[in-house]
Amino acid sequence: MPDTLEDFRAEIAEWIAENLPGELRGQPRNEDTICWGGRNWKFRSEAQKDWLERCHARGLTCPRWPVDYGGGGMSRDEEKTLRAEMARAGAPSPLDSFGIWMLGPALLKFGTDEQKAEHLPEITAGRIRWCQGYSEPGAGSDLANVQTRAEDMGDHWLVNGQKIWTSYADKADKIFALVRTDRDAPKHLGISFMLIDMETPGVTTRPIRLISGASPFCETFFDNVKVPKEGAIVGEMNRGWDVAKYLLTHEREMIGGGSGGLTTGATLSEMIGDMDMVAGADPVIRAQAMELEVDSLAFGLTMERYKDMAESGAGVGHASAMLKYYGTELNKRRQEIIMSARGSEALDWGEGLAAPWLRSKANSIEGGTSEVMLDIISKRVLELPSK
Amino acid sequence: MERLVDTEDEVMLRDAARGFLDENAPVSALRANRDAGQAFDPGLWREMAQMGWAGVLIGEDHGGADMGHRAAGILAEEMGRTLAASPFLSSAVIAASALRAAGSDRLGQIAEGAALYALAVDEGPKHAPDLTAMEARPEGNGFRLKGRKVFVADGASADRVLVLACSGEGDEGLTLFDIDAGRAGLSRKGADSIDARDFATLEFEDVEATGEDVVGEVGGGLAALAPGLRAGQAALAAELSGLSAGISAVTLGYLKERKQFDRTIGSFQALQHRAAHLFAEIEVTASAVAHAGRVLDHEPENAQLAVSLAKARATQTAKLAVMEGVQMHGGIGMTDDYDAGFFMKRARVGAEWLGDYGHHAAIVAAARRL
Repeated sequence: MPDTLEDFRAEIAEWIAENLPGELRGQPRNEDTICWGGRNWKFRSEAQKDWLERCHARGLTCPRWPVDYGGGGMSRDEEKTLRAEMARAGAPSPLDSFGIWMLGPALLKFGTDEQKAEHLPEITAGRIRWCQGYSEPGAGSDLANVQTRAEDMGDHWLVNGQKIWTSYADKADKIFALVRTDRDAPKHLGISFMLIDMETPGVTTRPIRLISGASPFCETFFDNVKVPKEGAIVGEMNRGWDVAKYLLTHEREMIGGGSGGLTTGATLSEMIGDMDMVAGADPVIRAQAMELEVDSLAFGLTMERYKDMAESGAGVGHASAMLKYYGTELNKRRQEIIMSARGSEALDWGEGLAAPWLRSKANSIEGGTSEVMLDIISKRVLELPSK
Repeated sequence: MERLVDTEDEVMLRDAARGFLDENAPVSALRANRDAGQAFDPGLWREMAQMGWAGVLIGEDHGGADMGHRAAGILAEEMGRTLAASPFLSSAVIAASALRAAGSDRLGQIAEGAALYALAVDEGPKHAPDLTAMEARPEGNGFRLKGRKVFVADGASADRVLVLACSGEGDEGLTLFDIDAGRAGLSRKGADSIDARDFATLEFEDVEATGEDVVGEVGGGLAALAPGLRAGQAALAAELSGLSAGISAVTLGYLKERKQFDRTIGSFQALQHRAAHLFAEIEVTASAVAHAGRVLDHEPENAQLAVSLAKARATQTAKLAVMEGVQMHGGIGMTDDYDAGFFMKRARVGAEWLGDYGHHAAIVAAARRL
């Protein structure tokens, strides 16, 4: 329906022109400008607050979600058009959150009507900020080995244990966590997907300082935390692994997707600067940049093709591990080339290049390492034997 | 623009092509061609033409099937999977696209599969049309062509030749001609090609060409050639993408069957990760190939970036796929009895034809201001 899509494009463009506060137009995307929302969120400016509220009222914080929960009820083509128009106008994302990226999709698929009604509107409005509690000190790549346990105490669960690499746990209002609810079952079958308020007594967090200088990740401790049973578990009890696997697929697509050449804000050329000035004397850097650009563009098209496949019902399945693997390895290459092309000027934290370079090293670890992705591809997609 | 996944019609076309090629043009057929000293099987080409493949890019008014570039790419992908040898790229894709843009009256013969074409453009070991030096000396109402063309794919078997030559100086100095391969003064020498296909060196000794032989405008040779080159590059990328999938499937089959150390070798993580990485590269390349076909169908004037992206990617992926294929097969992969070598040789020829990786990566980089 190209005609109606064109109408939609015109309508959205006009809406953005009328509603986007001028001072937000074209601002760089970084920790100082992102809007995470939540109970304790302090808006960076009136403009940021206005932009979130206007977008939310129009269903643009979660364009694909049902209108009843504050979403936009849009088709994929409409969402694509929306994103293209937002990018064209230099509009920042009105709201970023793990609720949008991860919990929401899980609730839409596995949640009860009550859970959806309770949580989704809070997410679309940016009123509750969620974090993800998966990894533990003894459960990294072997995620199903989670030991944080929840004991059935009748009207509540009693949770004890520790999570690690919990992104922004110190700033989040609630956590969706994998906890062991059956210690006797095989490890994949005794896990539940539990929602816990971070303000509950017994929950504490400790930020971890990273090589990039930032502390986006925390350790999260649960010490005799009482979680009311009502609506606490998403999906079936002891089948949290199914929810987690579904979510990991989302997470993988997202982490992989951040690095496609067509989808990132700044082009490689913009990040490197004048090639003749910077790297003209270095044919190796130039050649590496050219190869990276070829691969990035092709990867961006692959993200498109896989979304098309998912949309067409053909399904992507475990092949999404490929997107995560390829996209994160690409981003590491990209950051290395940018650092190398910018030479010594990139070595000052103030230039803002070193932190993303160092941060990118985690891309191929978080959400399943590259090696785990290759395992998934070889076993699930290529069906190579285990012995 | 349609999405990058195959449409229902395209799935049917692919299935039909795969069924036909598996039965009529498996790798063993290429081996038989080689051993018989023929570049392709004319009977096979007749059948392909009857199915409309020779006219895939030719309008219905000239007897073509007019299915478009994505469809041509799907056919080329499937041909690449089994290394099916035919004049498809030279005649049905390159010549058909160039002559269609020029409004030639020879399209009907191509669509029938009756006229075989070759594109004579390269003069040195690398593809560089804008450096063409071959002479087209004005004489009377026509020209005399003098010089040498190398690496002319299907050049020894073609009935007609599209040849690019210098008719003047500067940017408008090149002209594209469409001449009979039997014309006086034109001699052809087939190469002993590593891929057992036909490529030839063509010597032009004052070959006569008239105004009627000019494709497009005098001095407009590069513009006249562009639709043919772009279409050929995209379809060749598709062939290489299919070739990569073909050798990868052979290799995966071997990994699941071969035992060493009392284990199936496909259970070793070292090999699993290599196979999985190759899968990723093949998938990423397939996207660029599908995209190139779509852009050629919908915005042909803006297709060069998409086409060069596809050709660059496909060249690299095919190289990886054949190298991994031989390595993971071990010693047997080095034997002529096994098929892996055929994939490796065709991948090398495909890497050079119509521009190598560097040629196309440079076009991508320039378009992206790198």
